[in-house]
Amino acid sequence: MLNKKQLSKLFLTFFKIGAFTFGGGYAMIPFIQKDVVEKNNWISEEELFEMLAISESTPGPISINIATFVGYRISGFWGAFFGTLGLVLPSFLIVFGLYLILDAFQNVLIVKYAFFGIRAGVIALIINALCKMYKQVSKRNLSYFLIIMSLLLTALFKVNPIFVIILSVVISLSLSLYIERISKK
Amino acid sequence: MIYIELFLTFFKIGLFTFGGGYAMFPLIQNAVISKGWITQEMLIDFVAVSESTPGPFAINISTYIGAEMGGLLGSISATFGVVLPSFIIILILAKFFIMFKENKIVKKCMDGLKPCVIGLMASSILSMVITVFMSSGITNMEIVMLFIILLLSLFLVFKKIHPIIVICVSALIGIVSGFVLI
Repeated sequence: MLNKKQLSKLFLTFFKIGAFTFGGGYAMIPFIQKDVVEKNNWISEEELFEMLAISESTPGPISINIATFVGYRISGFWGAFFGTLGLVLPSFLIVFGLYLILDAFQNVLIVKYAFFGIRAGVIALIINALCKMYKQVSKRNLSYFLIIMSLLLTALFKVNPIFVIILSVVISLSLSLYIERISKK
Repeated sequence: MIYIELFLTFFKIGLFTFGGGYAMFPLIQNAVISKGWITQEMLIDFVAVSESTPGPFAINISTYIGAEMGGLLGSISATFGVVLPSFIIILILAKFFIMFKENKIVKKCMDGLKPCVIGLMASSILSMVITVFMSSGITNMEIVMLFIILLLSLFLVFKKIHPIIVICVSALIGIVSGFVLI
């Protein structure tokens, strides 16, 4: 059932998406919308938005999730494989090339100073990402408790973030199940 | 062997990063810096490179760190590792698409996950600012940079600016203040 033409089209479409979107994540959505939904009709608009919602609750980069999902819908496992490979390959090649170049320039004074400034800029970008995420959180006591707990555990006690993630999920899940049981009585 | 270690480390990072992008930062910081693979400064420089190149952030940064640790094969191992968890999970979900979407337990898990990721990121930012800009005694250059962080963050919250522009502007500020202050 392997359709070579379809697989190469999947690969090329996602290769193009991977090569031309900067920043990843949500920056890719307009491109995916245009190429995957409008041009090829591989999935519907609603399916794309459902996919976005699911991507938020599954691990991994959103764009990888979408490439895998669309590929699977079109032609099963190999579709998922070539869609994802297409998406990953451009960044991989570009970053690897850039790595080789940057390594050679590392000790030039002007590059050194530039990176000094860039570090400040990057931290500002991450602070901004944090503010955006904060806006999405439901404002209730449990959220504030989890934010402070995660911050303290990692900043002061150097607890592994993976453990903190699991702990937060367990706390929030058991608390809401407990509340549900009480309200039923 | 470094390739297997790279693969496993990034597999773990991929498995526990929800929402993608910067949410993976605390995990990378914990796994990669604590192993002594790279320094805080290098990690931030990688972020700058990742932001200025096309493609998903997760792929860019694992390719870069993989290259630093083990050349081309290292890059491949790290990137493969970071992609694999989402690939497997989505393949499974594609079969049970509707069931997952409307699952209440999944939603409740997410209620706990989001605030946790915020706390983790705040902790990462703190440790970055402390080690990068405050470790070697605070010089004039470092005071200027802390001020720039504050200014840019405020600016970004109120105005949407493309990350590449932020990186270019901050590089320029770095060059100018480097030659003036050092």
